[in-house]
Amino acid sequence: MSYRPKPRIAHPGLKKNALGLTRRDYEGGMSTLCAGCGHDSITAAIIQACFELAVEPHRVAKVSGIGCSSKTPAYFLSASHGFNSVHGRMPAVATGANAANRDLSYIGVSGDGDSLSIGLGQFCHAMRRNLDMLYLIENNGVYGLTKGQFSASADVGSKAKKGEVNEQPPIDPVLTALAMGGTFVARSFSGDKEQLVPLIKAGLRHKGFALIDVLSPCVTFNDHEDSTKSYAYTRQHYSPALETDFVRPAEEIMADYDAGAAMSIELHDGSRIVLRKAAPDYDPQNRGNAFAYIKDKLRDSEFLTGLLYVEETSRDMHALSNTAVRPLVDIGWDELCPGSSALPGILKRYR
Amino acid sequence: MPASQPAERINDFVIKLANVNGTGSASANSLLMKSIFRMGVPVVGKNFFPSNIQGLPTWYEIRVSRDGHIARSGRVDIMVAMNAETYRQDLSDVSPGGVLIYDSTWPRSHELVREDVTILGIPLAKMCNEHFDGIRARILMKNVTYVGALAALLELDLEVIKALLTETFANKPELAAANMEAISLGYEYAREHFECPLSMRVETMDLTRDHIMIDGNSAAALGCLYAGVTVGAWYPITPSTSLMDAFRSLCIRYRSDAETGENRYCVVQAEDELAAIGMVLGAGWMGARAFTPTSGPGISLMSEFIGFGYFAEIPAVIFDVQRVGPSTGMPTRTQQCDILSAAYCSHGDTRHPILFPADPSECFEMAVAAFDLAERLQTPIFVLSDLDIGMNDWMCPLLQWDDDYRWDRGKVLSKADLEEAEHFWRYYDHDGDGIPYRSLPGVHPKGAYFTRGSGHNAEGRYTEDADEYREVVDRLNRKFETAAGLVPAPVVVNSARGDVAVLSVGSCDGAVREALLLLGEKGVKLNYMRIKAFPFSDQVQAFLDRHERVFVVEQNRDGQLRKLLINETRTDPAKLVPVLHYDGLPIGSDCILEAIREGLEKGAAA
Repeated sequence: MSYRPKPRIAHPGLKKNALGLTRRDYEGGMSTLCAGCGHDSITAAIIQACFELAVEPHRVAKVSGIGCSSKTPAYFLSASHGFNSVHGRMPAVATGANAANRDLSYIGVSGDGDSLSIGLGQFCHAMRRNLDMLYLIENNGVYGLTKGQFSASADVGSKAKKGEVNEQPPIDPVLTALAMGGTFVARSFSGDKEQLVPLIKAGLRHKGFALIDVLSPCVTFNDHEDSTKSYAYTRQHYSPALETDFVRPAEEIMADYDAGAAMSIELHDGSRIVLRKAAPDYDPQNRGNAFAYIKDKLRDSEFLTGLLYVEETSRDMHALSNTAVRPLVDIGWDELCPGSSALPGILKRYR
Repeated sequence: MPASQPAERINDFVIKLANVNGTGSASANSLLMKSIFRMGVPVVGKNFFPSNIQGLPTWYEIRVSRDGHIARSGRVDIMVAMNAETYRQDLSDVSPGGVLIYDSTWPRSHELVREDVTILGIPLAKMCNEHFDGIRARILMKNVTYVGALAALLELDLEVIKALLTETFANKPELAAANMEAISLGYEYAREHFECPLSMRVETMDLTRDHIMIDGNSAAALGCLYAGVTVGAWYPITPSTSLMDAFRSLCIRYRSDAETGENRYCVVQAEDELAAIGMVLGAGWMGARAFTPTSGPGISLMSEFIGFGYFAEIPAVIFDVQRVGPSTGMPTRTQQCDILSAAYCSHGDTRHPILFPADPSECFEMAVAAFDLAERLQTPIFVLSDLDIGMNDWMCPLLQWDDDYRWDRGKVLSKADLEEAEHFWRYYDHDGDGIPYRSLPGVHPKGAYFTRGSGHNAEGRYTEDADEYREVVDRLNRKFETAAGLVPAPVVVNSARGDVAVLSVGSCDGAVREALLLLGEKGVKLNYMRIKAFPFSDQVQAFLDRHERVFVVEQNRDGQLRKLLINETRTDPAKLVPVLHYDGLPIGSDCILEAIREGLEKGAAA
C-alpha cells in the first residue's frame, strides 16, 4: 500500500552506485505490514541487491499475487512498474509480460499460500517453462491476511493460534522446484541479509527461473506455541485466544552464522527454527543428490539454506520457442502485418 | 423406384451425409462441397460431429442454394447413409420426394423402407475391396466412391473434381490418381444402374467467383495476424482450438525470419484457462497485442482475471467460440449461450464490450477491430463467435485488406511524453471520455505505477477511500458509454414502415434473412436489425423505440440477448418477443419462420 508518500531525503554523503543512484532510489512506499514482519527484511534485501547491482529501476517489472507477501512490491523500487495480480496467478502474468518484453528484469514476489496452494499449478508450470524471472516465496507457513489459517507449507504437528493441529504433510517449495526442473533453487531466511542479498543478486542474474524460498516469520500469527515454522525444543507459552487481534511490536529477526554450521534461531515467540547452511563443498549442480540431501535434512527438521541447485546452461522460455532476440513490443507494424499483397496467397487454399 | 420423381430442382437442395467419425469422410465431403462451389454454385457445409475421435456418428450437411441462402432449411433432399447405426434415423430425416443412398454390400433390413423416398443401393465396400489394397485405403475410398456416384447423380463436373484432387495431393500424385479411380468407380456404377442425373442436380453458374470457403476460426486467426498480434496464450478447448492452430501456422509462414528462423511472435500453451488469460493480460500490460481463444468453460475459469482486466484497465482480446452449455454441455454443438456471461463476466460491477461476428468475414474484420478497441478502451474485449461460424466452412467474399490501415494503440504515453510530463496519474480522466492515459513498463521511470485489482484512486495509488473509489468506478462507466460510440454499428434492413421487427445476432443472420425473405413473399414485410456489438449504441435504442413489437431471435434457452436488451436499454420487456433455438444444431430458417408466423397470429388475435 503506497498511499503515504515517503519523503525523499537524500543526504549528500549517501553512497551511490554505478548509475549514480542511491539506495533511496530503490525504495518504495511505506510498508503497511506488521512491525517486525520478516517480509520487510526481504524487501530491504531486494532494495539492497538492486542498488548493488545498479539495475535501472524502470527496467524492472515487479509482479505479485495476493497475500501479505504480494503487497510488498509496493514497498520497493517505486520507479518500476508493478503488477499486483490475482491470487496465485502471478506466474501467468509474468509469463505473458516476459513473452512480450524479454528485456526487462522480472521480480515476482509470492507467498506460501499464493504459490503452494491456489497457485501451485502456475508455480510449477512457470518453472517448467523456465521463465526468466526471480521468484521469491516469502514463506511463513500461515495465511496472514485472513488471520492465521495453515498454509500448505505448515509442518505436521504444528499448532494454529486457536489450537488446531496440522496433520497434513507440507509441500516444500524447494523440493517441488527440484522435481519440476527448476534451474535455480535457493532457500534463505528473511533475517539473514548476508546470505539473502547475494542470492537475490544471483537470482536476478540467472537466465531462467530463479526460485528463492525465504523463510519469513509471521510475527502476528506465528506468535504461539508449536508454530509452523519452528521446530521448537523450548517453547514459550502464550495464550493464542487472547492475542488473536493483538499485534506485538517486535524486532526483526537477525541470523548470523558460519557456513556449514547448523544453528537454531529463536523466533519472536521463543520457538526455534533450525537452519543449516549448505556446506562449502556442497555441489549445487547435482539435482538428484541435492534433492536427497535436502529431504534428509528436512526429516531431521533442519532447513538447508543457500543456493541449493543451479543449472546455468538451461534454456529459458524464449530460447525454447525461438522468439526474436528483440522484444516483441519493439517490433513495428511493417514487420508484423503481411499486407494486402500476401492475402491472395493465403486465401488460395480456401478457393 | 417410385414412379413420380419430384419436380426438377436445380441448384437448390440439401445433401446430408451420415458417416462414422474417424473414417476419413470429412475430406470426401469437403471434396463434394468444394466441387459444387467451384462450379460457381453457392453452397454451405455444416458439420455435426461428436465429441469423440473414432466410431461415433457424424453428419455433414451441404446446402446447395442458387439464391445464396446460408442457413439450414430444415430439408434433407439427398441422404447418403453410410452409418448402419443411424440408418433408421437418417431415413426418417429425408424430406418426402428425397433420395437415400446406402452401401448395398450388406443387406438392408426390409423394415427400413419409405414409399416417398427413392432408395439407391451402391455396393461401395464391395467395389472398394476389389479395387484397393489395405484396410485403411478401402475405408477411405468408400467415401470417395460415393462422391463419384453423386457426381453422376448430380451431374458434377469431373474435371473440377480432378483439379481439386490434383491440388490437394500436389505432393502425392499417386494418391490423386487413386482418389480419381474411386470417383470413377462410383460414377460409372451410378451411370450404369440409375437414371442420371436426378431431378435435383447441379448446373454451372457464376456466383462464387471472388469468393472463398472459409471457417470463422481460420478467418479470426488471419485477423490476428493482420492486426499485429504478437502474443497468444491458450488452453485447448473445442471448438476454439483451430483458431490458435491456424494462427500458429500463419505465424510460421509470415512471422518467422527467413535468415535466422527467429519468431516475431510467441504462442504459449498454458496449463489452463486461468493462466491463459493471465498471460494475455501480462502481455497487454507490456504493450503487446495479445489474445486467447476459448469457449464457455474457459470463460468461466477466466472470469476472475477478466474482472481484473476491467478494473486495472488492461487491453485483452478473448475469442469465445461458443458451444452448448451449461457445464461441459455438448462440446461439438453450437449455441449462443455466453452472451450474458461475457457481458457481465466476473464479480463486482463489471461490463465488457462484445463484438458479434455473423460469419467468417466478420471474424476477420472484427478480430482487427477488437484489438483496436481493446487498446483504445484499455479493457478486455470479447469476440463472441460460435461453433457454427468457427468450425464450418462458409462462403464469403474474398477477404480484403487496406494497406493504409494502421493499428490504434490508444492513449499510450511515449518516452518523450513522460519526459515532459510533470507527473503521471494512471487513472485520471484527462479528456472527459473516461479513458485515461497509460504508460508501458520499461519506457520511463516517470511512467511507473502499481497496476492492481485492489481499490485505487485516479493517481493509481491504493485506496480504501469512498470518494476516490467511486471516482474510479464512475469513470469506468463513462468509458463504457464512450465504448458504445466506438463499437461497430448494427446492421439495419428496413423493408417496411411497419411496427413489427426482427432483431438478431451473430450466426442467426442467414436464417433470419431467409425467413424474412420467405415472409416477404407472403406479403409480410418486417424490418430487421442485427446487433454487431455491446454496449448497444443509440441506433439500437432508436430501433427498439420505433417498433411496437420486436422478435428477438437467438440460439439459447434463456433469451440472453433479450435480457441484455432489457437490462441495457430503456425498452418495455413486453414488446420483445423471444424466438429461441437451442438444440445444439445451427438455427434453420424454418423454425424462425414458424415462430414469427405464430407470433404474428397471436399478436393479431390479441
